[in-house]
This record gives sequence, structure tokens and C-alpha cells, in this order.
Amino acid sequence: MKEINPEKLKAGSNLEKVLVSGQFACTGEIGPPTYASFDVIDKHAEEMRGLVDSINFTDNQTAVVRLSSWAASVHLIQLGLEPNLQMVCRDRNRLAMQSDLLGAYALGVRNVLCLTGDHQAFGNHPGCKGVFDVDSVQLIHMLKRLRDDGCFECGAECKVPPKFFIGCAENPFGDPFEFRAIRLEKKIEAGADFVQTQCILDMERFELFMEKVRERGLHKRAYICAGIMPVKSPRMARYMQTGVPGMLVSEEFCQRLEKAEDPKAEAVEISVEYIKRCQQIEGVAGVHIMAVAWESIVPTIVKKAGLAPRPTF
Amino acid sequence: MIVVENKPVEEILQMIAPYKKILIAGCYGCVTVCLAGGEKEVGLLASQIRMARSKEGNEIEVLEQTVERQCDKEYLLKFQDNAREVEAIVSLACGIGIQYLAEIYEPIPVYPGVNTQFLGANRDIGKWEEFCMACGECVLDKTGGICPIARCSKHLLNGPCGGSQYGKCEVSKDVDCGWHLIYERLKALGQLDKMAEFIPAKNWHRDKGPRKLVKEELTLERD
Repeated sequence: MKEINPEKLKAGSNLEKVLVSGQFACTGEIGPPTYASFDVIDKHAEEMRGLVDSINFTDNQTAVVRLSSWAASVHLIQLGLEPNLQMVCRDRNRLAMQSDLLGAYALGVRNVLCLTGDHQAFGNHPGCKGVFDVDSVQLIHMLKRLRDDGCFECGAECKVPPKFFIGCAENPFGDPFEFRAIRLEKKIEAGADFVQTQCILDMERFELFMEKVRERGLHKRAYICAGIMPVKSPRMARYMQTGVPGMLVSEEFCQRLEKAEDPKAEAVEISVEYIKRCQQIEGVAGVHIMAVAWESIVPTIVKKAGLAPRPTF
Repeated sequence: MIVVENKPVEEILQMIAPYKKILIAGCYGCVTVCLAGGEKEVGLLASQIRMARSKEGNEIEVLEQTVERQCDKEYLLKFQDNAREVEAIVSLACGIGIQYLAEIYEPIPVYPGVNTQFLGANRDIGKWEEFCMACGECVLDKTGGICPIARCSKHLLNGPCGGSQYGKCEVSKDVDCGWHLIYERLKALGQLDKMAEFIPAKNWHRDKGPRKLVKEELTLERD
């Protein structure tokens, strides 16, 4: 474990400390509910307590209206856990984004993950106006300037700048493939401190992506956490293989679930195996477990992968 | 070119239900080229309206006239004689023509006969594709001559989102990913390094409110 110099921390979040100290990070994710209650968040937060370094809250994922990511994040802080606030460019312009982030920071949020967001056509309000005032790279840049230069996007001064640990996503499975590492470099140049990748259901492609990442030295400039998704049914795996844009799912992955007597147990097996493989890949600093609609399985995976208990500071 | 699509006749019949005498105003500009609002379409719509109203036993007189362009006052004034005679006008020009006509002939009501769609190119007979959103700040120099504002579903300026795959947009397999096209073009041009350049947040509207362009050298009035 590397010594942490507190003065060199950008935000001082738990996630940042884990990564800076050189320990293999492990984060979870909760999709906030489509109704006005924290009940599911309470439930999953307790399940994940002590087993993850921070918990992502998705921001109207798949363009479906959900309890807001910042409210969920603040609630998690009240429970004594650390959130990672996801923010997409689809629903807010730069005024609203900066305003929400000032508020989130003032209420204790320290990690932000900047995303473009799924197109509004996918969600439950397909006729809505997608904002996309800034893109994810510009959002990262805006946050870095706010944090490091104390100025808003317009150049005006921000007296108490929010000191966020800035995250971005990258999809090693999108096209054009050759551009994906370049795109990640753009995000790191713009100010991303850490990266959470799209979930890996094709390990070979991910390894190829990491090669490109290492060629550019990106793993030395930002902490890269690999996305892990337990997929509990063969049907879901096939759907992700054919129906989800930007996803690559290997044939081997689908077949393993199809041949398994107990696909749920196999899903856990695969996740654990993938985590262990990721630990062997040079430049991977941690894993981000996205158990979409299966959050309760996260503790099992973390324990089986030998990642529990989590470091404390 | 401004690409428009005809409104369903039923919708137009509803708009003009109270009137006994109307003018259908066509335009020889873009709407003629995209076969939606020229002389021929004016005639076709007029017959459809006459037939429908006659079937109801509620006859209507429909005048027909098409001018060079409805986005120029000079040509709009040519409607003068017919406009004075009617209770309402249906314009088959784009949204610009419809509004300009309404302004000039106030208080005669002017109704839209088309839905104005986009600024596009003619790909093939009967096929148009959006190329430009008239954002007022062209970035085509940075993107190999393919517009990311008009041709990326999310108007992204720094490369494709995570949903781009096999050259297609996440929105639909029928939609090309604008950034994939840009990538291929820049590769062919030997300018792939441009993909790595950071493009800062866009100034979406340089002016306050609707834009105006004045070319002093062309104006007749001098201060």
C-alpha cells in the first residue's frame, strides 16, 4: 500500500484514497427507483456496506425517469456510505449541471461520473427534447476548470469551487474501435481522474483495448476500473449480444450461461473469474460491479473474488 | 435545401372548415424540388379539398397560385389580387414562407399545408437526408466536412458516444453514426489527428433571440 499524501488528493473521497494508495478498488451501483422513496436504496446500501468503496447512482438510466442521482447520493451520505454521482448530458444544460453539482458538493458528494447518456428515444419519454448542450468530454473539462481554476464554464469566478474526484466512462466495445483509446485520452486530457468501463462481456476485446490504453500510457494518467456485470439468464445475455447498442458479448459467455444447470450461480462464477482476470491486466486499477436489477448479488461476488473487506482510512 | 412534408389532407380540411373561399399558395423554391409545394401539388391539394367538401355538400371555392419564392416580399406581393378575395390562405411553402405570407396579408389567416422538416440533401429520387442545422458556427473544417451537430443524434462534438457500433447510431440500425462517418472520412483524408482535438463547449446561439444577418454593402438605406 502506497503512502497517501493528503495534500495531493484532489477531492479526498474514499474512492480516491483507495486508488491513490494502490489498492484494487471495488465499487457498486444502484439504479434509483422510479418512485419517490429511498426504500430500495436503503436495502441495497446495507447489503453493500463495507464491501464496496463507493456506490454509483445512475442518472435517469436508459432515459427513464427515476429518483434523482444527486438526491440518492446525498441520502447515501446520510447512511454513512460514499456515493458516486452519475451525471448525463441528455437532461440538463450547462447551467443546470453546474448548479446541481455545486449543491451536491455542498451536501457532501465528492465523486462524479460524467456521461453522455442514452438517447431519449429509448426511454419512457421518447418525445422529449434531448439537451446535449455539452458532451461528456466538455462536461469533464467544465468540472476540472471549476475545481482547479475556480471558474464556471463561462469564465466567471466560483468562490468555493467543488473539489470533485472526476470520473468518466469508456466503452471498449463501441466503434470505431481504433478511436476508443484516443477518446479515453481526450477525456483524461480534459480532466478525468478515474475511468469506469462499460461492462465486460467479451474479455478478449477488453484486453485488446487495454493494450491500446497502455500504448498511450493512459493507465498511468488515470485509474481505470473495469466494468463487471453479472448476467443472470442466458436469454438476457443473448439480448445484450444482439439488442443493446455498443455492446459486445462473446459467444463463449452466452454459451456458458446456456449450458449451466444453475445460470445464476454461473453468472457469479463468471463475474468472479473476470474480476480475477482483470486483476492480472496491467493498468486495471479496480472493478466496478454493475448488477443492474440484481444489486443483491454484489456482496456474494465481492466476497468470492476475495475483495472483502474493503480498506478503511 | 429546405425539406418539407405534406400535411395529411384531413388536417388541412379541419383548419379550413369554417371557410367558403380560400387560396392555396405554392412556391417554386425548395418545396417544388422536394415535390411537396409546387404548382402541381397546389393543384392536387385544391382538387382534394373541392372533392371532400363537395361530398359533404359544403362547396368551397379554391383559388390556386404559385410564386417564385415565398421567402421574398417581392414575390409574395404577387399574391395580392387573389389574397384580397379569399377568407383564408393555405401555404405550401416552408415555415418561412408561411410566416412571411401571414405577416404581409394580415389579418387574413394563413394555414400551413406542410410540415417543415430539415435542411437536407437529395440522396436519390424521393430520398432526402438532413445535413445541416444552421447552428451559426460551422465546424466542418474540424470534422472532415461531415456535420456532427446535424448528423449525430446527440449533437456531440468530441467523438461518438458509447452506443456507436458497426457504423450505426444507437437510435436505430437505419441511422448512420455521424461520428463513424467522420472517422472514416478523416482517415481517408489522412487527418485522423483531428479526432484527438478537444472541441470546447459550443456557443449555441451567438445572438440574443432570432438571428439577423445584415450585409451593409447590399442594403439600400444608409444611416
